[in-house]
Amino acid sequence: MAGILRDIAHVRTGDKGDISQIAVFALRDADYPRVLAAVTPDRVAAHFPGLRPRLIRRYELPALAAVNLVLEGALQGGVTRSLSLDAHGKTLGAQLLDLPLLPE
Amino acid sequence: MTRSTLRIGAGAGFSGDRIEPALDLIEHGDLDYLAFECLAERTIGLAQAARAADPQAGFDPLLETRMRRALPLAAPRGVRIVTNMGAANTLGAARKVTEIARELGLSGYRTAAVTGDDVLDLVLAGDYPLIDRPGTSRDLGDAIVSANAYLGAQGIVMALSQGADTVITGRVCDPALFLGPLAHELGWSFDDHAMMGQGTVIGHLLECAGQVCGGYFADPGVKDVPDLARLGFPYADVTRDGVAVLGKLAGSGGRIDAATVKEQLLYEILDPAAYLQADVSADFRHVRIEQTGPDRVRVSGGTGAPAPDKLKVSIAYHDGYVGEGQISYAGPGAAARGRLAIEIIRERLRIIGARVEELRCDLIGMDAVDRRGAGGDPAEVRVRIAGRASCVQAATAIGAEVEALYTNGPMGGGGVTRSVRQVLAVASTLIARELVAPRVHLEIA
Repeated sequence: MAGILRDIAHVRTGDKGDISQIAVFALRDADYPRVLAAVTPDRVAAHFPGLRPRLIRRYELPALAAVNLVLEGALQGGVTRSLSLDAHGKTLGAQLLDLPLLPE
Repeated sequence: MTRSTLRIGAGAGFSGDRIEPALDLIEHGDLDYLAFECLAERTIGLAQAARAADPQAGFDPLLETRMRRALPLAAPRGVRIVTNMGAANTLGAARKVTEIARELGLSGYRTAAVTGDDVLDLVLAGDYPLIDRPGTSRDLGDAIVSANAYLGAQGIVMALSQGADTVITGRVCDPALFLGPLAHELGWSFDDHAMMGQGTVIGHLLECAGQVCGGYFADPGVKDVPDLARLGFPYADVTRDGVAVLGKLAGSGGRIDAATVKEQLLYEILDPAAYLQADVSADFRHVRIEQTGPDRVRVSGGTGAPAPDKLKVSIAYHDGYVGEGQISYAGPGAAARGRLAIEIIRERLRIIGARVEELRCDLIGMDAVDRRGAGGDPAEVRVRIAGRASCVQAATAIGAEVEALYTNGPMGGGGVTRSVRQVLAVASTLIARELVAPRVHLEIA
């Protein structure tokens, strides 16, 4: 078994208007390449069939062994308008933690 | 005369934050400054609505509670306070703090109000394209409640230069609450983009208070955090070269290490190369984070480029009503009964002709916050129906119909709750910075 993202990474979720932002950090620097391979925009989009963001941008931060995922149009209008129970989308990063890793 | 090191702490990360960690920092933290960040995006719109009802209101509802407890500790120790608790009535907040200082016998206590963020008249007189959706400010029409520009740190520096013991602002960029004292005390120029960038990094790390100390971090068995019930708030020791060492009080709960600091560094950041602020476009890509001891982390390497030409403006506007109703089902077939309840509500709202513009139906425990389509039948579900309507009657009908499921709906529904709220939404635009200038008004006890 290749495992899941939670085995090698931790996450922090934030929001800005209608944009959800999920930062993913390698628990050990040596696993950073595996994190990069796991969290491509396509794989993240496929993991969240119920989210349907307009666009996913990805920023790599090798100095921090981190990737910043920016999901535009993911929050049904954002915290002030969304009818969602979690209008901030604060639970999204945790939901990414069972993303399957690619075999090494 | 600038000093060589400044110690600045964080006293709140949002308007409802815990107060004891802030008081502990003032009393035992040997601080020079404490900043309270209390102004979320739509808070100022809510405050403006409160002020419309009562001209004395419109600042943070907890301002008085916080300052009554903080001032007796801060004043004798010379700890200066910076906060955005002025919200929609910064002058009123400064007068309230001065009144409290007088009652506490703090004769001569100086409280400054930094104004200039309120650009409602400009926005109402013009037509500004919205940056987060199609349309312009004029499309929002009479629904607009408030418009506030995100000011930088210069007004705070002006207030501190006039000897303010407490500085109250309305809307400023959150990191500016920290960048202001840093620039003032350590002699940083606003033209020094690298220092403005590093100062923004420091402010950004501190502005959510407990979040850099292990708040919003714990995941038992994977990322454990000790004693979150007594979570300590952070401070930073900052030298003139901009290097910061983060810490918290010995004996307080939480943890500060590379992992908690990294998470907070990227919190709510979009492009890490260009974190846009009123004073700088900050660049976080080369920030170095090094643990130097237990709960001590050194942060350096933030830099920046000139700030954008325009300032961001938040416009709060009335956006109708949201009505909501919830009901629970449990046992075998719970999910199927929840789905049946949802079908019934959809049909009922059609039958009674409730003009609901947008309806969301969730099964809490299955798909309310989950976006993976994880599925599986849980032991219980909670049906949640939420809808938007322009009139309060239609919004109210949603909760009423959910409540009627007790006697008209599927077997075994329990625990109905219902609510209706008026929605204050926020849209953003940009405004030329020449049109906005901070002003300082000083009150002396």
